[in-house]
Amino acid sequence: MERGKLELVVGLFVLVGVICLGYLAIKLGKLELVGGDYYELQADFSSTSGLKNGASVEIAGVEVGRVKKIGLKEDRAQVVLAIQDGITVYNDAIASIKTRGIIGEKFMELSPGGAGERLKNGETIVDTESGIDLEQVISQFIHGSVK
Amino acid sequence: MILIQRFGKRALFLIEEMGAMFVFLMRTFGWLFRPPVRIFQIIKQMHFVGFKSTFVVILTALFTGMVLALQGYYSLRKFGSEGLLGSAVALSMIRELGPVLASLMVTARAGSAMTAEIGIMRITEQIDALETMAINSLQYLITPKVVASLLSVPLLVALFDVVGIWGGYLVGVKLLGVSGGSYWSSIESAVEWKDVYGGILKSISFGLIISWVCCYKGYYTRMSAEGLGKATTESVVLASVLILVWDYFLTSVLL
Repeated sequence: MERGKLELVVGLFVLVGVICLGYLAIKLGKLELVGGDYYELQADFSSTSGLKNGASVEIAGVEVGRVKKIGLKEDRAQVVLAIQDGITVYNDAIASIKTRGIIGEKFMELSPGGAGERLKNGETIVDTESGIDLEQVISQFIHGSVK
Repeated sequence: MILIQRFGKRALFLIEEMGAMFVFLMRTFGWLFRPPVRIFQIIKQMHFVGFKSTFVVILTALFTGMVLALQGYYSLRKFGSEGLLGSAVALSMIRELGPVLASLMVTARAGSAMTAEIGIMRITEQIDALETMAINSLQYLITPKVVASLLSVPLLVALFDVVGIWGGYLVGVKLLGVSGGSYWSSIESAVEWKDVYGGILKSISFGLIISWVCCYKGYYTRMSAEGLGKATTESVVLASVLILVWDYFLTSVLL
């Protein structure tokens, strides 16, 4: 095969391969090449059991961002949320961890509040609700300590 | 007594072989970074290892994805969670099956040919002819193959993953009636950058294993037609086994 055609074919192969790689990394792997479209908020929880990095953050069921980092701050869990620019969250917002279905994945529901000031990049959501521990609820029910 | 002696001989031979392979790899690396860089040789090898493998990779990927969806569907249906089919297919594809199966296909298709090609050059004394012309045979023959494998295998694996996920979509959504939205959204929520990164890392190391083992076996083939046949068989077997063993260790480190 002559040189030009060979190079064309290999170029095509590399192009298709790189497109596949990019699709996997960016679309499915959620690799962020540009970080400009998001701002970060923090929220402290007594427990984030089951919540994972990359879990979605929703307002009224609409995805507005993702959980970026989960760490420990003193004895509470600190979650960093990446929220899309243009979504306004006020300082009386409530962040709660919820479960999709009974055995589904955990996600974060925000009720953005309305009164008060707008939260800026790096500020903290004060009102939080940890997820319901289904096992604990059931055991309370069985052992009869439900009030 | 003789039995023990044989055992010892075999063990010594294996250790010698391992050492020789390692020295071969290090020498190849040494020649990798020395000019002249023969770009056209690399392109030629990428055409052979990469482009010519695309058809067989697409075919295996399609059927792997399809059968994964079929099996996954009937297992998940017992728990009423068919919606998770997408994540089951995509995660097993990206983490394990893509890198391993694509590499095995490349070994069978391109690795055996590498060994045969270099082995015939050794037997017909073409490698010695290169050396007498002051062309380093390692640099001229081996390094383009190593570089081409390192570049091609990850691309083939990415292609394998994407085609496999689409194959799963075809069977799961079009044939078995899982909803398309839940197929894709379960993939997007389950797959993380860590998974994709691990898959790429695996495929690069498999590319190195394939070219290393197959070139070594061809380069040090015994000087007979029978020896060449043996070298080809050994290279495919050894490369495949090494891929599977290395996959286990890499997975246990990455997880």
